Amino acid sequence: MRRAEFVTAIILGLLSVYLMWKAGEGPEWDTEYVRWANTGINIDGSGPGKGFFPFYLALGMLVSCIWIIINAIRRTSPPSQSVEPFMDGYAKKMLLMVGGGLIGFLILIDIISMYAAIAVFMLYYMLILGRHPVGLSVVTSLVVPFWLYLFFDIVMTKVQPKGLRWIEDAIYTPAGSFFRDQSFVTIVLCFVVSGAILTLVARSARRQGVA
Amino acid sequence: MDILPALMDGLWIAVQPHNLALAVIGVVVGLFVGALPGLGSVNGVAILLPFTFVINEATSDPAAPMIFLAAIYYGAMYGGAISSITLGIPGASTAVATTFDGRPMALKGNADRALVTAAIASFIGGTVATLFFTGFAPLLSSVALDFGNPEIFALMLLAFATFVGLGGDDIPKTMFSIFFGLLLATVGFDTISGEPRLIFLNEREQAAVLGMVGGDPEAVPFFDSVAWFSRGIQFLVLAIGVYGIGEMLWTINASRYKVTMAETKISFKRIMAGIVGMKDCWKGTTIGSLLGFFVGILPAAGATPGSLMSYGVAKMTSRNPRSYGEGNPDGVAAPEAANNSASTGAMLPMMTLGIPGSPTTAVLLAGMVIWGLEPGPRLFEDRPEFVWPLIGSFYVSNLVAVIVNLAFIPLFLAVLRMPFTILAPVIFVLSIVGTYAAYDNMNDVWLMVLFGFGAYFLRVLDYPLAPAVLAVVLGTTAEEKMRQSLLLSDGDFAIFYSPFFDRDGKGQEWWIAPITTWVAVILIALPIILWAMRRMRGGTAAEG
Repeated sequence: MRRAEFVTAIILGLLSVYLMWKAGEGPEWDTEYVRWANTGINIDGSGPGKGFFPFYLALGMLVSCIWIIINAIRRTSPPSQSVEPFMDGYAKKMLLMVGGGLIGFLILIDIISMYAAIAVFMLYYMLILGRHPVGLSVVTSLVVPFWLYLFFDIVMTKVQPKGLRWIEDAIYTPAGSFFRDQSFVTIVLCFVVSGAILTLVARSARRQGVA
Repeated sequence: MDILPALMDGLWIAVQPHNLALAVIGVVVGLFVGALPGLGSVNGVAILLPFTFVINEATSDPAAPMIFLAAIYYGAMYGGAISSITLGIPGASTAVATTFDGRPMALKGNADRALVTAAIASFIGGTVATLFFTGFAPLLSSVALDFGNPEIFALMLLAFATFVGLGGDDIPKTMFSIFFGLLLATVGFDTISGEPRLIFLNEREQAAVLGMVGGDPEAVPFFDSVAWFSRGIQFLVLAIGVYGIGEMLWTINASRYKVTMAETKISFKRIMAGIVGMKDCWKGTTIGSLLGFFVGILPAAGATPGSLMSYGVAKMTSRNPRSYGEGNPDGVAAPEAANNSASTGAMLPMMTLGIPGSPTTAVLLAGMVIWGLEPGPRLFEDRPEFVWPLIGSFYVSNLVAVIVNLAFIPLFLAVLRMPFTILAPVIFVLSIVGTYAAYDNMNDVWLMVLFGFGAYFLRVLDYPLAPAVLAVVLGTTAEEKMRQSLLLSDGDFAIFYSPFFDRDGKGQEWWIAPITTWVAVILIALPIILWAMRRMRGGTAAEG
């Protein structure tokens, strides 16, 4: 844990130095600008420049990082006293499986659409990480994105990404026309019926002691 | 302003069907969110904030989105006790103290008594705090109407200083968190000069990157948005990243998906017996209600220290302190009354001064700004149609919360049996969908997930993240007020710390900003003073 404390503080310190450098940058169109000129406290009688606040905040970050490093050297902070590893085997595996799943989810959004990506992610999580029964996993990973689709795209008209053009044309355009033609009561019924199916499957899985 | 007629009008609007429905839904959602381990009021409010855009559009009622979020906040405070008592895992940090006596009660077969005690104490704490709020808020806002830019900046400085002096976390890490949050708020266009700053991948850098890939923008991920960072870093991106993704990763790692529930029998008769038994808990409830409110007002303090302090005071003043920790109902009543009372207390500085008293109120404050409201003293003068229905909804939500809580305890227990491997992906999905719904931009979603991973690593290393969230909310205003003050003083910082600085050329003395600034300086220096005192005492002891 102590090494992680050092490494993190050094990385954050370097980030602070970069941000200080970046704060001193002038507008691109001003070719006569001299770096750091905007970090002054009173520029031409018009108060602090635009870089003043970010520059000194980044400096504050740097000072904090140096303080963290000193504490780690003196072993006064709890992580620098801890003999536990920063990430044990479980944490590494968890981060790889869950984090990897999340990254995969984000990549899939632009390809197969938000709702299909949700279905794939839910299925992956429940089946592989949660080891839930196939039936429950499949039904949950279909019902959750369906609810979200009805809520965001249909009821609230907050449209989510639809993936590649042919997917949108083949699935979402006809589905959108169908559901938008339905009354509010029908939409609520869709929520309730799909929820009832999910509850039945979950209860059945629980009775079998596998959920 | 006559408080009573305004409050009656507010109550009338709060019980209108759409507001009442929002309060009920908010309370139910909040109870679930609070009861689920790993999620607290701040997670619930942050993840569900994007949904309020829709409520705002659908109802055209300025108070409606806030009534919904405030109800989630209340509900979560009630809900935290459910998992503390039945699972032995606090639903949120605000319910940690409830575990001390709630869990032993459950293990002795008195889970129902503990749950009823928690619900009733929460109701009393919330109601007492709302009464205080109704009395204090107009008073405080009328005083704050005279505040100028230096006073407002000094108050913000005080908010950050309390995190350093009273937060109880590692000081350099807290300071880093504050500076980082403030810095994130500066990304985008400078509000005063209108010039871009900290725009990563500016035109020059883009040309260099494009040169490396043969001038093909498609070959570089996220390159479609030249103006990605010029829009600034949106508050929700950080809040959902920290509280949706980071917190869940941390909870998964800490709990390893394993929780066990105590056997709980609930019936109407047992609930009634629990209500009658509340007469034994008057002391803890009173301490929690009063202490919770005043601790809640302090920025950086919030409900968690409020509940812990109330538990400590209740134990200290008890005739039988040894019974605490063994299943004393007063040990459940005190923290539960306190966390509800503190949640209302934390709203007082947020609404009257624009300074949030807790991470959740920081998110609520950001929400108010998004809906076009300006939290601060003028809110009571300019937007009474928002303020009083909201205060009215505090009373209504409290009542709704206690009824829903008592009526649906069996349902919550059933939900708590839901495996974490189903809950976790749902939270991840809601975080991602919610962020996209708020900004219609996949880059913000990527950034949110990136912040989530960063938050997880920093959390493992004990970096407090609530100060960063508070700072990113207050950052823009803090900078604006500081620069406008310095513009007034020709760059002289004495405007903040000297009462004799002549602001307007009339020789008037200004005391509020200097007093606030000096209190902030003392708070920042407090840990160093305490450290020095400890060293001196240690030295004297060694000499002795």
